[in-house]
Amino acid sequence: MNIHEHQAKEILKPFGVPVPRGRVASSPEEAAAAARELGGTTVVKAQIHAGGRGKAGGVKLVKTPEEAEKAARELLGKILVTHQTGPQGREVRRLLVEEGLPIARELYLGVVLDRAVGRVTVIASSEGGVEIEEVASKSPEKILKEVIDPAVGLLPFQCRRLAYALGLHKQVGPFTSLLQSLVRAFVEKDCSLAEINPLIVTQDGRLIALDAKINIDNNALFRRPEIEALRDLNEEDPKEYEASRLGLSYISLDGNIGCMVNGAGLAMATMDIIKLSGGEPANFLDVGGGATKERVTEAFKILLSDKRVKGVLVNIFGGIMRCDVIAQGVVDAARELAVTVPLVVRLQGTNVEQGRKILADSGLAITPADTIGDAAEKIVAAVNKR
Amino acid sequence: MAVLIDRNTKVLTQGITGATGQFHTRACREYGTQMVAGVTPGKGGTDFEGIPIFDTVAQAVAATGANTSVIYVPPPFTADAMMEAADAGIELIISITEGVPVMDMVRVKRYLEGRRSRLLGPNCPGVITPGQCKIGIMPGHIFKPGPIGVVSRSGTLTYEAVDQLTRVGLGQSTCVGIGGDPVHGIGFIDTLKLFNDDPATEAVVMIGEIGGTDEEEAAAWVKAHMKKPVTAFIVGQTAPPGKRMGHAGAIIAGGKGTAQEKVAALKAAGIRTTPSPALIGQTMRDVFKG
Repeated sequence: MNIHEHQAKEILKPFGVPVPRGRVASSPEEAAAAARELGGTTVVKAQIHAGGRGKAGGVKLVKTPEEAEKAARELLGKILVTHQTGPQGREVRRLLVEEGLPIARELYLGVVLDRAVGRVTVIASSEGGVEIEEVASKSPEKILKEVIDPAVGLLPFQCRRLAYALGLHKQVGPFTSLLQSLVRAFVEKDCSLAEINPLIVTQDGRLIALDAKINIDNNALFRRPEIEALRDLNEEDPKEYEASRLGLSYISLDGNIGCMVNGAGLAMATMDIIKLSGGEPANFLDVGGGATKERVTEAFKILLSDKRVKGVLVNIFGGIMRCDVIAQGVVDAARELAVTVPLVVRLQGTNVEQGRKILADSGLAITPADTIGDAAEKIVAAVNKR
Repeated sequence: MAVLIDRNTKVLTQGITGATGQFHTRACREYGTQMVAGVTPGKGGTDFEGIPIFDTVAQAVAATGANTSVIYVPPPFTADAMMEAADAGIELIISITEGVPVMDMVRVKRYLEGRRSRLLGPNCPGVITPGQCKIGIMPGHIFKPGPIGVVSRSGTLTYEAVDQLTRVGLGQSTCVGIGGDPVHGIGFIDTLKLFNDDPATEAVVMIGEIGGTDEEEAAAWVKAHMKKPVTAFIVGQTAPPGKRMGHAGAIIAGGKGTAQEKVAALKAAGIRTTPSPALIGQTMRDVFKG
């Protein structure tokens, strides 16, 4: 789960990570008031769940409350398109107004999960303010890493090693404290990413997290209700959110063939074979291992709420889930929802014969398919014909 | 011969009184697996259809000689269950549960270091040696004994692959589901090593997916050490970046972990891959002339 920059900073601050003084504003008036309260030069930052805001014009440096108001007027309601938002962009609905700080240096600091070793790892670089992937590909020698042993946590010597390598000879103590705070926040809040980019050294030698990004492990949300409360539905695809509430896993794509599959791997395979057969998948949808008739119906509703969908492919490999149960669910849902687009159903596995008979006897225009390849060809042909 | 499990494996179920635990304990016993014990704290002294239930894993091991455990407890309690099994000396711990917090798995992995236990999963279908032993949630009837080892990050896609193998006349030695989570137990390389040394396995099908670098590392290992033919399929060619595709570990992050990179690494290692999920069985049939 993603959260906003201002929320990330609110999480990090109590752990002891220094952040700029700032206020959240959702109107030009609030932005002006925030700038007045903070005093001096301020920065007005668009709050959307995507990086690259600065380059896209979503961050404005202002000198007076009047300028802050003007900047806020320009930003609020604007569709910000960054390299991470896709061409459709994201609407700016809230702003973070922060004190302006005199920057001497910009560094990068990130905490991630290193999957290859199964451990939390700190990544640091003297190249701050640019994307770390870019640094990693252009000058990998500038990427520093410290792997954390979960039995003892991040050790002070590891922080010192990074501090010296980053040229922070005068800030070894504050850097150690900041990094240990960041890692503690990462672990205690079940983060999957905690990134400070840039971490700045001010002209008077202070270390401050100028930007902050936190992603949370969805699997841990059951024990982090305070994080779940930060969810901003404006930043999420409504269909994806609705699906997740129903225990379905759904991702919107750009094509016109809706897919309903059991299991994440088979669902991706179904998308892949649609593409290979000359079609474009409209979504990823995993109904899970224990799908019932009700879940199949809900899944159909979500699929069909996408008006671009011109055909649906149901691909079920029945293991635990019996094919006759699924077939009945498909038939009932197709009737209830009066499905008008072509529907290809491929069933395989437990009770497959009974399942196919239910489909055939339904009187509905359901095209049965035998194999995954056969199913993809049939739905692509049906959709292209229309 | 087979890898990880065979007809002598003695299995206990952690979470045997839950609906999922009961359903699959029964199905595995019907398949022929020796289901010797169950563990549910507070239910010790009772039984499930004749299978004795204990309060702790240590008691179950002492009383029944169980050497393998399968865990169906809910995500908040899974890590604890894994570590209890390891503490009791269980050789193979299989965790089916999906949704275990990653930070819990980081701790479990550390806890297992230096211990004899091996972990499979979490978020996996389990492992089956056709005709001998099935531990997990896979439909037993689609598997047939034979010479092909299967290792996969997926569940139902593994059934699809196995079904194709069986249809082209290739049975399986052992099928190992390593699971779809970013931090997990036994991986591709561990399983490939086992298959390499297993006389019953003559070739291996590997099924990977987007996210992480496990497939790339496995490709390098195959090139350096594998004595048997390996074919592969990588799912997620059409997956968009930055989105978690059902499995917690199936995500292209920072431009890394794409199917294209993985396929390139596999090909460079001389592993035959197919772009089509419909041709997993046929690709192995073409390579394997045994």
